[in-house]
Amino acid sequence: MDNFTPVSALIGGTFIGLGSLLLMVALGRIAGISGITSLAIFQREGRSWRLAFVVGLLLGPLAVSLALSDFSFSTPELSWRTVIAGMLVGLGTAWGSGCTSGHGVCGIGRFSARSLIATLVFMAAGVLVASLF
Amino acid sequence: MQLLIAFLAGLLMSIGIAVSKMIDPAKVLAFLDVTGNWDPSLALVMAAALAVYSIGFRLIRHQPAPIMAEKFQLPTLTKPDKPLLIGATMFGLGWGLVGYCPGPAISALSAGSTGTLGFVLAMVAGWYLARRWPLNI
Repeated sequence: MDNFTPVSALIGGTFIGLGSLLLMVALGRIAGISGITSLAIFQREGRSWRLAFVVGLLLGPLAVSLALSDFSFSTPELSWRTVIAGMLVGLGTAWGSGCTSGHGVCGIGRFSARSLIATLVFMAAGVLVASLF
Repeated sequence: MQLLIAFLAGLLMSIGIAVSKMIDPAKVLAFLDVTGNWDPSLALVMAAALAVYSIGFRLIRHQPAPIMAEKFQLPTLTKPDKPLLIGATMFGLGWGLVGYCPGPAISALSAGSTGTLGFVLAMVAGWYLARRWPLNI
């Protein structure tokens, strides 16, 4: 557990919670990143606020790199594994109506049984695959 | 004003994803892989986000409307069904394969990696296919 970073985890999680809450308090919307981004691309109605949200998402790391001088992160190699994973995440979040933000934070945060079950299922599948492969 | 709020919400979430290092697939895989040198950080990210959101949601849920819109738009489905279970399983498999869920993958696009871009394009293709063929089971 020498890689455990509790302080940055708690600060980061607080930002995620605040951003999600802002969208609910001000606009009455669930901050589900998969749903918002997909509808920003594929649905004309309500596109402008969704695009604004996605632009905010894209700029977050740039803001952090301005504030923290030693900020860096790794990225995956382009491979069949990466592409298959992306396809599974796309199909799965669309058919399953949400991802980590929509189900894991907003859904559980408003005590939805559906979201709690979805989160337990995708966590279990993620742990299984990551531990086996 | 609505656009500014939506932009700020996305920015705050993305800053959180970056600061917590969820943006780094290696960090996420160190949490999901329980067999190796296990890193519990992601559980704290989730706990902090949930604490803020659930307390905030309790405080506002009896308000008649959000501050800048006509009404709260909450999901109408309440019971788990087959598409939810199948979808969540597929999402988890993809998440565990590379360590990206949608938010971190989109946030990481600015780093200009072809791997991240390939993942996001495949994810968008998945969204398109799922819209084209809804799971009616």
